[in-house]
Amino acid sequence: MSAPATARTRVLSQARFELGTLLANGEQLLVSLILPLGALIGLAYTTAPSLGDGRRIDLAVPGVLALCVISAAFTAQAIATGFDRRYAVLRLLGTTPLGRDGLLWGKALATLAVEVLQWLVIGGVGLALGWQPALSGLPIALVFLVAGTWAFVALALLLAGLLRAEGVLAIANLVWVLLLVLGGVIVPRVAMSGTLASVAGVLPSAALADGLRAAFEAGVFDGLALLILLAWGIVATLVAARTFRWSD
Amino acid sequence: MTWVAPAGGITAVLGPNGAGKTTAIECAVGLQRPDGGTVRVLGTDPWLSSAEHRARVGVMLQSGGLPNGTKPLRLLAHLASLYAVPADISPLASRLGIDAFSGTTVRRLSGGQKQRLALAAALIGRPEVLFLDEPTAGLDPHGRLDVYDLLREVAADGTTVVVTTHSFEEAQALATHLVVISAGRAVATGSPAEVVGDRTLESVYFDLTRKERA
Repeated sequence: MSAPATARTRVLSQARFELGTLLANGEQLLVSLILPLGALIGLAYTTAPSLGDGRRIDLAVPGVLALCVISAAFTAQAIATGFDRRYAVLRLLGTTPLGRDGLLWGKALATLAVEVLQWLVIGGVGLALGWQPALSGLPIALVFLVAGTWAFVALALLLAGLLRAEGVLAIANLVWVLLLVLGGVIVPRVAMSGTLASVAGVLPSAALADGLRAAFEAGVFDGLALLILLAWGIVATLVAARTFRWSD
Repeated sequence: MTWVAPAGGITAVLGPNGAGKTTAIECAVGLQRPDGGTVRVLGTDPWLSSAEHRARVGVMLQSGGLPNGTKPLRLLAHLASLYAVPADISPLASRLGIDAFSGTTVRRLSGGQKQRLALAAALIGRPEVLFLDEPTAGLDPHGRLDVYDLLREVAADGTTVVVTTHSFEEAQALATHLVVISAGRAVATGSPAEVVGDRTLESVYFDLTRKERA
């Protein structure tokens, strides 16, 4: 009788498959690694825009690490899922032993793996540029990494499950740019003007970046930022679970 | 709509566009939940079925479902890894002529090449039941014969095969059981001899399906 591989094997296999596809995709690599790297080097060798009080490189690196999470968990995942949905890949995999749950876990694991690679590269370049992170903040930063990944993957699936693939492509890239410029990611909220800063204050992008800055600058746990991220994760998951359509 | 695909046979499902062939197949593989009635595959309700059940059922969708950004053999190796005892990839790939385009990204494959790869994907788990939605659409005559031979062999090994088709030639070449669907109802089911009698499949088909349209 035909039998499935174990659930663990199926999920790991799907994660490896997705990771390989992502790394082989030039555009994804551009958004996930080259652009954040460019942002980091740009910030390191300029004095504007102001990032607020403190050593510039120590403020810049956590913001770029947050940008990496937004790239991998939101933009790349939304676009990949939108096109997989268009080409019925989600439906075909749903009929294999992998199933829908296995597909979601596989995507989550692949996203975390991409983020670890991004963090190693950005963190390494950051250290070379003089970044001095508070090592006591690393466990806190990892909590924010997981919470941020959850919130942004849920938002990605919310978007990818509703619109057609071209719409997902356009909006996922547009949101990335908007969050980069206005979302309190690279330029911290404290360095933004009043109205913009208060809008950014409720965004998951600023919550993630503020949480990472607090963790790496002084080993401080920003509880409010984590609550905001978790709230986005919960709401986006609930809405996506209701609205996600597996077929185009 | 009521019909049964006998175990170990090849059932051909015929019917005009919009008659409900694809909907019936999608209900049978758990992609759609029927509005009413019951569907059983290997004695199991396919809607929200377990991984154990899904491992026993091979599926080829009309819409393909192949990821664009990968190459054929990498995709087959990945799908094979989802099963405890999958089929050997290289004999299957060479049988379907996939080695000839194994270096091409799925995005760049022709329609017929995609069909071959999708069929290999449906067979990779050595299923007990195989659902194929128009498996030879877009294939050249040689490709069709290759697929017929392969499906006969799979059926001879004991796999139950269900194919939808618009081709009378295909139904006659393959089917041990026929189902004709029209406007959401099964209007004829049985062995080819029972359905066709001493007439041709074509004339029986048009008689059965024209009435519904008129």
